[in-house]
Amino acid sequence: MEETRYVRRYSDGDRINHWLLVILFFCTALSGLSMFHPSLFFLSVLFGGGPWTRILHPFIGVLVFLSFAGMYLRLARDNAWSPEDRAWLAGIGALLAGRKHEPLPAGRFNAGQKILFWWMAITLAVLLVTGLVFWRPYFAGYFPIGLVRLATLLHSFTAIGLILGIIGHIYAAIWVKGTTRAMTRGLVSESWAKHHHPGWVARMTQDKR
Amino acid sequence: MSSLQTLDIAARSATTFPSPSVRREPHVAKLIDVTSCIGCKACQVACMQWNDLRDRVGDNDGTYDNPRDLTPASWTVMRFSEVEVETGRLEWLIRKDGCMHCEDPGCLKACPAPGAIVKYANGIVDFISENCIGCGSCVTGCPFDVPRISKKDSKAYKCSLCADRVTVGLEPACVKACPTGAIRFGTKDDMKEFAAERIVDLKERGYQNAGLYDPPGVGGTHVMYVLQHADKPHLYHGLPADPKISPMVSLWKSVLKPLSLLAMIGAVGGAFFHYMKVGPDESGVDK
Repeated sequence: MEETRYVRRYSDGDRINHWLLVILFFCTALSGLSMFHPSLFFLSVLFGGGPWTRILHPFIGVLVFLSFAGMYLRLARDNAWSPEDRAWLAGIGALLAGRKHEPLPAGRFNAGQKILFWWMAITLAVLLVTGLVFWRPYFAGYFPIGLVRLATLLHSFTAIGLILGIIGHIYAAIWVKGTTRAMTRGLVSESWAKHHHPGWVARMTQDKR
Repeated sequence: MSSLQTLDIAARSATTFPSPSVRREPHVAKLIDVTSCIGCKACQVACMQWNDLRDRVGDNDGTYDNPRDLTPASWTVMRFSEVEVETGRLEWLIRKDGCMHCEDPGCLKACPAPGAIVKYANGIVDFISENCIGCGSCVTGCPFDVPRISKKDSKAYKCSLCADRVTVGLEPACVKACPTGAIRFGTKDDMKEFAAERIVDLKERGYQNAGLYDPPGVGGTHVMYVLQHADKPHLYHGLPADPKISPMVSLWKSVLKPLSLLAMIGAVGGAFFHYMKVGPDESGVDK
């Protein structure tokens, strides 16, 4: 058997930034959910009880935003929308249904990854702004009550949208075999890269020449 | 305040199962007859004394309102409004402001902390401070702008309708102190009956629009006002004409909250069964 050849997909910095974001995201999501639905209030014990959950949530939330800003600077360029992404979207249904296994066109990131990236950028910006409006005791007092109510509603709605996006992201990592190594060791096998990100491999070989 | 009446809780914040509610009690109400209030503030003093609260000495803002606003340590404040309902005829309207004890409390609906806000079977809405997490959602939910968050401990405070006194058969402290009988306390039915008589009186004296303030938008309140101008409640320091829990709060708590939980369970469950049915995408993986 031939030895597997690997290509570098993420630098050490990319991966550290990503996992920092993961940890911080889980902390904000779980603390936020504990204050969102009574059946999830038990999650507040993870943060030292109700008052500590309320105190910590917004601070960790700001760190999530900053951490994503790091990812943004690293990955935004490769997440720019390109014409081939339409073809990926058209083909992903059949792939999900298990009917087809031919490679779909994708650069370093496929259309699904790009959608999640921009979805995160938008929702995190909305969460930051709306969260500030009802952050007690520091900022809520400066805003009229109507705005506080609207911000609270939007914050919850957006957060759920983001959480659903992340559930999709995590499942994609479980579903697509050979992808998790990219985020743990930074490497993917060459054949995997050719199959899932043909545009990216083509660009890299071109750059080498 | 703390819960002394553990068997007669009609509703509890952030709780999805029934509360201990085996004991039945008649609904109570405090009736504030604005037309016979002389603005002496004995009710404010009685409130401070019974609840053992001493607010900071504030400053004068050119009105008789003292303190200027409700605070974590001032659960009731007399609001003085100088209005000309008819031109050339000045009226001094004095309203004792504080928690209205809504039958459908917006604070309780908005609160995320289990048991931090309770509504007793008799209708009194009370904050259970040891369960309060200090998030301020009660402020967001309240249609009357009543709860105040303490800067000292980040807990929310408001009038408890002297739940501790009512439990042992006493009237609230403000009722006991009122020298003109402008504040009364009893069953809600009795208070409505008394108010009706008073309104007939007022109409005979020329206040054609006299009436009872018991806003149906919040299911009625357990603090009611007799107003000489019931058609214009906003004259009384902006008392809302038709208070309701904001649709944004209802959308948040009655629609988004349950649907979101379903959506998240659906997403995780859907992913799980997709994996079971279709299996992983192993394409491109070196065998």
